[in-house]
Amino acid sequence: MSTEKNQKLLLTGNEAAAEAAIMAGCRFYYGYPITPQNEILTHMATRMPQVGGTCIQVESELAAINMVHGSAAAGARTMTSSSSPGISLKQEGISYLAGSELPCVIVNVQRGGPGLGDISPSQADYFQAVKGGGHGDYHTIVLAPSSVQETADLVFDAFDLADCYRNPVMILGDAQLGQMMEPVVFNKKQNPNLYKKPWALTGANGRRKNVIKSFYPVKGELEEFNAKLQKKYRQIEAEEVRYEEINTKKADIVIVAYGTCARICKEIVKIGEKLNIKIGIIRPITLWPFPCDIIRRVSERVQAILTVEMSAGQMVEDVRLSVSGRCPVHFYGRTGGGIPSPKEILEKILEIIPIKEKVTCAT
Amino acid sequence: MEPVYKNPKTLIDTPTHYCPGCGHGIIHRLIAEIIDDLDIRGKTIGLAPVGCAVLAYNYLDIDMCEAAHGRPPAVATGIKRVHPDKIVFSYQGDGDLAAIGMAEIIHTASRSENITVIFVNNAVYGMTNGQMAPTTLLNQRTLTTPQGRNEKYDGYPIRICELLATIDGSRFLARTSITSPKNIIKTKQLLEKGFKSQIEEKGFSLIEILSPCPVYWRMNPNDAMKFIDDNMTTTFPLGIFKDWESQN
Repeated sequence: MSTEKNQKLLLTGNEAAAEAAIMAGCRFYYGYPITPQNEILTHMATRMPQVGGTCIQVESELAAINMVHGSAAAGARTMTSSSSPGISLKQEGISYLAGSELPCVIVNVQRGGPGLGDISPSQADYFQAVKGGGHGDYHTIVLAPSSVQETADLVFDAFDLADCYRNPVMILGDAQLGQMMEPVVFNKKQNPNLYKKPWALTGANGRRKNVIKSFYPVKGELEEFNAKLQKKYRQIEAEEVRYEEINTKKADIVIVAYGTCARICKEIVKIGEKLNIKIGIIRPITLWPFPCDIIRRVSERVQAILTVEMSAGQMVEDVRLSVSGRCPVHFYGRTGGGIPSPKEILEKILEIIPIKEKVTCAT
Repeated sequence: MEPVYKNPKTLIDTPTHYCPGCGHGIIHRLIAEIIDDLDIRGKTIGLAPVGCAVLAYNYLDIDMCEAAHGRPPAVATGIKRVHPDKIVFSYQGDGDLAAIGMAEIIHTASRSENITVIFVNNAVYGMTNGQMAPTTLLNQRTLTTPQGRNEKYDGYPIRICELLATIDGSRFLARTSITSPKNIIKTKQLLEKGFKSQIEEKGFSLIEILSPCPVYWRMNPNDAMKFIDDNMTTTFPLGIFKDWESQN
């Protein structure tokens, strides 16, 4: 295939992620087969040679993330992808990337865990995505799409964010988003050379040498470096929070959900209206930085917040921290490939806000 | 008068952190001399390992990158694919290359990645105070083989050059030592051949250097050199194991 700007294509989320990376100027991709993200690797294997890029099917997830390390250090836009168990393996490398301040994009098409788990949709990697994931004090920027179009858009933006902050960016999707097909338009303007990289390794011809490292053995140096990283993270928290807000102004209850779960929850808003329950939704698009402020503000005027996840309750911890006791925070989750249905979520809402009580409140 | 022996430009004039009698200083110098001789300082990118040579970038005046333990060949691959016109080498110890990084070195050779690997084999984990390495000799005492390496309990030493020689992608493989001026000159020739293999785009090259670790071998530096000549070379014979030039 060849992709032109504004051309409408029917693609899986995985293909859209791969193609968006190419559109964003990524020319170095390294991947290892693992379901449900294989289409990214196979798409890259076909497309990279067509655009003069490199796609290596590597011997391990460790090799993949470390090849990303090399290509990022060399100044190129680079990406790897995997699914949950493979991301666990990459975490050491992601810590090194963060510690070396190297820009790159990592796509995680989540599947069920722990262990080998299954290959069904899951959101159980929230912790390992947003809390650093590997060793040391660091963050990756985490973007959570909820459609194929948004997957393409966020992968595109991820390369800019990575270059802008010299930081790894993770796209946190899931098996459903990766496998389903939707129309997608690549409408963003390609500008891979927006960010100059004077720190990159290019051979020290006519300049002082560059060194890419995360090792600070002299006492005090590492703490100083960590302070610099933390300052960067505070800036990202201040400037890069993204979320979608639906119907929250007069809501009785607000659902916080991301990705596939958020799509399902949107179905419930209209059903709620029929039952005279005003349901709002906050859909975090950046999971780190987390949209704490909007959740805190909303928590001051609603009866309750419900967090819906395909996990045993991970993002709900950040929701509770944001709310800090201002209103009750409830949780509904499914694990192991279970996908919450609108009916299940509605039942949970009626448990929290019985219709009778709602009527009393209204009168 | 022209000085005939001077500090290579690429070797930074600073004290190293290496122990007395360590071989890394000699090998660093050889690399710096070759970079000067071939006039490739401005187009060379090096990989420093985790292990004793973790600070190699403090001593070589070239662009360098750290790599996680065992991963220099993967990081080098990522750099070389971006800059195929640059000279990329990794500098690795025996724990880094032959234990935790075994998968990376084998697959980098199998892809015949056009890089040069400098493999410093001192048969011990020096940085962590002297545990058994994959290349520790049978009966050799280390912190984790206090009675000597026992093949039934600890397994056998691994011969990297012989192992990689079975891989079609390996183009130049040699084992050498730095126990005498003669061997050091030979080592320099082999390292230069490794770099030239890359310049001529012949593919994957690796030079294994038997190097002394007197502190963790509990020997004086002279005995350590003798240990390499008398003991190490019986398990790890010196020689060329693969050479694109003689294979056509």
